Amino acid sequence: MAVSILHRASGDGLAIVGALMFLWWLGAIAAGPDAYAAFVACVWHDPEAGTFHQITNILGKVVLIGLTWAFFQHLFSGLRHFVLDTGAGYELKTNKLWSLLVILGAVFATAATWLYLFAEALNG
Amino acid sequence: MGNGTRLGRVRGLGSAQHGSQHWLQQRLTALGNILLVTWFVVSLIRLPLTSYADVHRWASNPTAALALILLVVSVFWHLRLGLQVLIEDYVHGEATRLLALVLLNFYAIGGAAYGIFAIVRIALAPVALGPGGM
Repeated sequence: MAVSILHRASGDGLAIVGALMFLWWLGAIAAGPDAYAAFVACVWHDPEAGTFHQITNILGKVVLIGLTWAFFQHLFSGLRHFVLDTGAGYELKTNKLWSLLVILGAVFATAATWLYLFAEALNG
Repeated sequence: MGNGTRLGRVRGLGSAQHGSQHWLQQRLTALGNILLVTWFVVSLIRLPLTSYADVHRWASNPTAALALILLVVSVFWHLRLGLQVLIEDYVHGEATRLLALVLLNFYAIGGAAYGIFAIVRIALAPVALGPGGM
C-alpha cells in the first residue's frame, strides 16, 4: 500500500514541481547567458551570495534531491506496475518483496547519484 | 439520433466514462518517459550544468532538441493523465471538478507549448540574443 501512495505522491511532485523547474530551466537557456546565470545563482550557487540567494541555494538543492528521489521512485514503481499489468507478482510474499525493493532501490539510486555529483564537484 | 448498435450504446460507459483509452495512453506515454526521461537525467548528470555555453551547445544539437520535444510531449501528456486521476479521486462536486480539469488542461497544454517553443528557440535562434529574452 505504501508503495502505491508513494507512486502517486512522487508522480504529482514530478508533474508539478519537476515540470515547472524543467520549464524554468528551458526558458532560462532560451533567454540567453544572463538569464541562465540568474537561474543558476538562484537555484544552485551564487558567487556573491546575499542572504536571499543563500536560502534559495539550499532550497534549490533540497528540491533537486527530492526530484531525483521522486524520479527513481516513480520509475521503479512504474516498472513494477508494468509487471503487475501482465498479471504476475500478486502473491503476497512476492508483492511485498518487490514493493520493498522499489523503495530501497529509489533511496539507493538517489544517494548514489548525489554522491557522484558532489564528488565530481569536489574534484573540480 | 439513432440508437446505434449495442456496442455503440455502451462504449465509454465504464466507471471512468471513457473506457480503456486513458489506461492505454498512460502506459504508452510511460514507455516513452522511461526512454526519454532516463536519457535526459543521464544527460543532466554528465553536463556541466553551471556553464551556459556547454548547456546551450548540448540543447541546440538537432538530435537532442528533437528528443527534448518528444520528451515534453510524452511527459506533459502523461502528467495530464496522472493529475486527472488525482482530481477525479479527490475533487468532489461537479462544478469544482470541471474547473479543476479545465485548469489542468491549461497547465498541461500551456506548459508543453512553452517548453516546445523554448527548445525551438534554443535550437534555431541566433547565438547572440538581444534584451527581451524568452
